[in-house]
Amino acid sequence: MSTLDRAGQVGDTGSPIVPDATAARPTPRPRPQASRPRGRTGRVVVGALLVLFTIAFVYPFVWLVSASLKPRSDVFDNRLIPETLTFDNYIEVWNAAPMAAWLLNTAFVTVMATITVTMSSALVAWGFARYRFRGRNLLFGLVLASMMIPGAATMIPTYLIWDSLGMVGTLTPLWAGNVFGTAFYIFLLRQFFLGLPTELFDAAEMDGAGHWRVFWHIALPLTRPALVVVALFEFQAAWTDLMRGLIYLRDREDFTVPRGLKSMLDQFGFGGEWHWELVVTASVITTVPMIVVFFLGQKQIIQGVASTGTKG
Amino acid sequence: MSVAAPARRRSSGRVALLFISPWLIGFAVFMAYPVLYTVYLSLTDYDVINDPTFVGLDNYRELMGDEKVVLAMRNTFVYTAMAVPAQLAISLALALLLQRAGRAAGFFRTAFFLPKMTPPVAVGVLLLLLLNGQSGLVNEFLAWFGIDGPNWTTDAAWVKPGLVLMSLWTVGSSVIILLAALQEVPEELLDAARVDGAGWWKRLWHVVLPIISPAIYFIVVVDTIASLQSFTEAYTAFFGAGNTTYSNDAALFYAIYLFQQAFEFLHMGYASALAMLLFLVVMLVTALQVLLSRRLVHYTGDRA
Repeated sequence: MSTLDRAGQVGDTGSPIVPDATAARPTPRPRPQASRPRGRTGRVVVGALLVLFTIAFVYPFVWLVSASLKPRSDVFDNRLIPETLTFDNYIEVWNAAPMAAWLLNTAFVTVMATITVTMSSALVAWGFARYRFRGRNLLFGLVLASMMIPGAATMIPTYLIWDSLGMVGTLTPLWAGNVFGTAFYIFLLRQFFLGLPTELFDAAEMDGAGHWRVFWHIALPLTRPALVVVALFEFQAAWTDLMRGLIYLRDREDFTVPRGLKSMLDQFGFGGEWHWELVVTASVITTVPMIVVFFLGQKQIIQGVASTGTKG
Repeated sequence: MSVAAPARRRSSGRVALLFISPWLIGFAVFMAYPVLYTVYLSLTDYDVINDPTFVGLDNYRELMGDEKVVLAMRNTFVYTAMAVPAQLAISLALALLLQRAGRAAGFFRTAFFLPKMTPPVAVGVLLLLLLNGQSGLVNEFLAWFGIDGPNWTTDAAWVKPGLVLMSLWTVGSSVIILLAALQEVPEELLDAARVDGAGWWKRLWHVVLPIISPAIYFIVVVDTIASLQSFTEAYTAFFGAGNTTYSNDAALFYAIYLFQQAFEFLHMGYASALAMLLFLVVMLVTALQVLLSRRLVHYTGDRA
């Protein structure tokens, strides 16, 4: 879910009601006999509705891609197959905007955000899952409580911190907060760690493995499925984020793709130049990486999302 | 063992602190301090360039009389009141359909989830295009049934319904969560209800919904909090440097007004007061939902 908790972002929420160690294990297959509609009419109605909804959910993508392959005058003709098929928009868009720089910037921010938040959240989650120490429950309560705080309540001072460090106008504020971990991911990974057998780690410690070794060489490899879920969630959140781009980025060359798309909409869309074919094409370019990520990590994403709502 | 244990526990306490230290630092610097500083800033006049000057409760007094605050708050509540039930209804319908999809369920599930991957900025762009009053796909579809579709993006009365309609496109994760909950409904209960002569609707209302009520509750809480802070889609479609075409009062959400005050007008003190009000509203609404859940949410056996 892209409503994942990221400090400083107003549209975000986390939730305390999240998964246990089954987070990344396969969910049981649906029991077919439980769900077969009785009778033929029922089956036909269900099938027809499924197809209709599928068209409604997929058609906007098809429309968008199709529109991006039409010349300027045909963008709004709503034809499925372009009357005049052209790839000119995809060439034009690189001239009209620093698209390559935007893609590189976003890739950098997304990779940094993903690596740092996955590592730091795993470290913190391990600290809470493996060790008993005074104040642990209180501190973990704070982790959970911090998920409830709206991004708006921290947004302005967070901006002032980056401003005082001279980082406004750079890409750093878009990812660097992630080195401290994120409450939602800490919670998710802690649940996963708690599901692992303690004996394994005790035995390793008996054999003389240090704390770091137990974490790095034993616990972390076993946590791979959950780490992948966290990485995929964060990859999506970082790639699609607009608000931080609006707050922190100043020069056009420094924009991320979402921030750049917004500026193209402002300039070429309703900004008066009326080159919607460029806006449409830029929208496709912004969206495609997420579609690719989804098809690469579909199983993990679906299971990760499913586990956020159950086991409440 | 009893001799070694205390020493080991003490040293492992220090190790544990090392492991959680990233979060401790992050919490202090990017959570606790900012929240407290927001409280302080809300009592000041601050434009980033000059030092904050203390003005007491002036910002809060100003906020009470600011008709844009009233407008933004009303917009946000109206949107939330429409979007949350609509999203829940559509995602429940889709989950029920998926449960009956048999072998092809995987394919349909992918189709319903895919839009959730779309960056919200692109959703905002799509809103302007698909819901365009003259050439939009939605109105073209409505015209098949002889319906003269409204000007979703320019008619103030239709802007929020348009945003709600567009938000239905990205209900994918709720569908997945509800489907997972539906698969946990014990078959014996449904069979028992069937034997007792309960029809499909009765089984849904009296057996299925109570059992999946924790998942429904989760979705309602998360969606409500998200809707109250809704920003990106509406900001993309109706605000920003280039927008001279649309009247955007109908789309002025609270988070958008807060963003404008803070980062477009640099009224940081006033924006901090706005943030405190939003904080309070989100807390109140969440508390209300927790209270309601005690009466309406049904937890089975092993859960508290």
